[in-house]
Amino acid sequence: MATTTTTANGVTRKQTSRFGAGFSRNVWLLLIALALLPVVVALLPLVGGPAEVISSYTFLQLSLMIVYSIAVLGLNLLTGFNGQISLGHGAFFAAGAYVAAALVAHHHWPHMVTLPVVALFCFVLGYLFGLPALRLEGHYLALATFSLAIAVPQILKYRHLEGVTGGVQGLNLPKIVAPWGLPFTPDQWMYLLVLVVAVPIFWFTRNLLDSRTGRALMAIRDQPMAAATMGINISQYKAITFGLSAMITGIAGALHAGMFRFVAPDSYPLELSITFLVGMVVGGLASLPGAIFGGIFVQVIEKYADSIARSLSSTLHLPIDIEPWTIYGIALILLVYLMPTGIAGGIARLRRLMNNTGRRSGTS
Amino acid sequence: MLQSSRRLFLAGASALGLAIAATPALAQKGKYDEGASDTEIKIGNTNPYSGPASAYGVIGKSIDAYFKKINDDGGINGRKINFVTYDDGYSPPKTVEMVRKLVEQDKVLLLFQTLGTPPNTAIWQYMNDAKVPQLFVATGASKWGDPKGHPWTMGFQPDYRTEGIIYAKHILETVKDAKIAVLYQNDDYGKDYLGGFKEGLGKDANKIVKEEPYNVTDPTVDNQIIQLKNSGANVFFNIATPKFAAQAIKKAAELGWKPVQYVNNVSSSVGSVMKPAGIDNAQGIITALYLKDPTDPQWANSADMKEWKAFMAKYMPQGNLSDGSYVYGYAVAHLMEIVLKQCGNELTRANIMKQAANLKSVEIPLLLPGIKVNTSPTDFYPLQSVQLARIKGESYELFGKVLSNEAASN
Repeated sequence: MATTTTTANGVTRKQTSRFGAGFSRNVWLLLIALALLPVVVALLPLVGGPAEVISSYTFLQLSLMIVYSIAVLGLNLLTGFNGQISLGHGAFFAAGAYVAAALVAHHHWPHMVTLPVVALFCFVLGYLFGLPALRLEGHYLALATFSLAIAVPQILKYRHLEGVTGGVQGLNLPKIVAPWGLPFTPDQWMYLLVLVVAVPIFWFTRNLLDSRTGRALMAIRDQPMAAATMGINISQYKAITFGLSAMITGIAGALHAGMFRFVAPDSYPLELSITFLVGMVVGGLASLPGAIFGGIFVQVIEKYADSIARSLSSTLHLPIDIEPWTIYGIALILLVYLMPTGIAGGIARLRRLMNNTGRRSGTS
Repeated sequence: MLQSSRRLFLAGASALGLAIAATPALAQKGKYDEGASDTEIKIGNTNPYSGPASAYGVIGKSIDAYFKKINDDGGINGRKINFVTYDDGYSPPKTVEMVRKLVEQDKVLLLFQTLGTPPNTAIWQYMNDAKVPQLFVATGASKWGDPKGHPWTMGFQPDYRTEGIIYAKHILETVKDAKIAVLYQNDDYGKDYLGGFKEGLGKDANKIVKEEPYNVTDPTVDNQIIQLKNSGANVFFNIATPKFAAQAIKKAAELGWKPVQYVNNVSSSVGSVMKPAGIDNAQGIITALYLKDPTDPQWANSADMKEWKAFMAKYMPQGNLSDGSYVYGYAVAHLMEIVLKQCGNELTRANIMKQAANLKSVEIPLLLPGIKVNTSPTDFYPLQSVQLARIKGESYELFGKVLSNEAASN
């Protein structure tokens, strides 16, 4: 899959454009298998097998990993593939969650039926935000999106929107249960739903990036001037990418709201946007598997940071409290130092190393 | 030796129990639900150890320290308390996740003192579906006392609404031609107070001449105070968290505005509100108290305060002795201890709720004299009494009777 190209100025480089090329089919198969394993377990009750081989809590964790993967994918499309930095994707996540929650709470829509509306709303929101943001580049764009993330919780609390958003109290949502008496626990059902939503989103993104449009996106990221010369309408592409990115992250937000059956402004703090950014960088910029790794990282790291901090404090009897954030920070520094291209890039590098040593030992 | 053979026996007994899948209680001396055994009671909790509300995290820490003390003293009816507390950063989805871990993975017997109104709202239905006690939640919202709709959830402190009603009644009784200005935090905490306050004013609600909200993210409340002063009010009700309450008191003094001032209990601390605001500016401010203020010299020699200080010295030497949250954690953990003691050897979730709803004039340390815990199967508000107090010098002067409001338990 990895093709070596020689560019005009004679520099040879590995093309890493397509969904993290250099990433072999095996890894994809492994990821798919990992995602499908719980499905098999979840389907056990259908054939009369035991219902709780994997606990409900584990299903919640798995669903969350997938939801965060979708959110990170949305950000990655914008930042990794199109080169526009966003520090405010938590805002689109919140927007998606609130659109779904408002339709469910006020109009009694089934949760999943809200997804197309969420997608449309967030696309338009992202597109409109993308238009003025076009005038901003690099750090300035990052700051503009940052302000969006700061503003959203305040907007949700705004007095005159309280009828829709529920104000600071937030909105409570009904439990999502399996229809037609299907023998799934709510968590198993949610997992299946999330997976059913995630797969076409990833498939769509992969095909998009593999198309003319995708190449245009990456051309804009790498050489905007050359891209313009080639006849690519930069502003249209950038705004549309912003819309698509917001749409994907918004869908993740809607799924997240369904899982927790509750939305409130406190659920979408500034840190959420930063978390997505960290997930994207750690998983791997401009890489689709990277989004999945990022999602898993986001979900796992905080739990482990907390328990590691706890066990360190209790076993070492240190005079100071070790905060979970310390562990988080150390893990982050180590990861970025050891795998500068993210986990996806790290795995690809590891494979290349292994292949090289294998070849060398074969020839000698 | 004794210990290890006992453990071996237990292991053997439970293995046997598993093997024959029979009733697992052959060798046990009590009746248990998940999370309790002959040797242990597992209690779950979430607290904001990080994030915007992390100042409240010391409540979780002091509860943890209190349970360590209980364990050092031999536990409750011979059982050690295993207190599992997680950080939720005051974020509702995080709370849901952590609470599900506590209930489904760690298998705690009950949840105790989960902190914050939004986090508790997010897990409210879940706890009642799972039928796991959500006891003595650390929020003063008035919605927690709902034994019919949510029989597994119970509050602890006097609720904001009741407190608001009490101030309103006091104003109507004591201030002639009251023109009232209100500063409130723009969230459910602020609105709960304001709602109760208006309820207490009843047909006199039009005596409120100006209401100014502020958001926790505002740097100061200076603008709001200028607005309130310009309304010409002669009574000022300050519904703010400590930092903003202190700013408001200070700003009012700077402007030369001298209304009758009421400040909510949340910000009653002498050490963290009145002194930063300037103790001279704070003279005469009225508030409603139910706990003893550790910075108030009049309690310095009371037995429970001395005991608390000894506890702090031993178990939380780094703790700030002027922070009322430590007092709060100590008092509420003591109440938990009483409920668990009352349960005897029947540590089932149903019995815990039954005992928690059966507290008759129970005294716990660090409450003001005369304030007692009372619950019943129809009254899920453990503390409903407060006493009004006025700042005089560097401490509070209590006045009037212990007040409670029956209207709040409807």
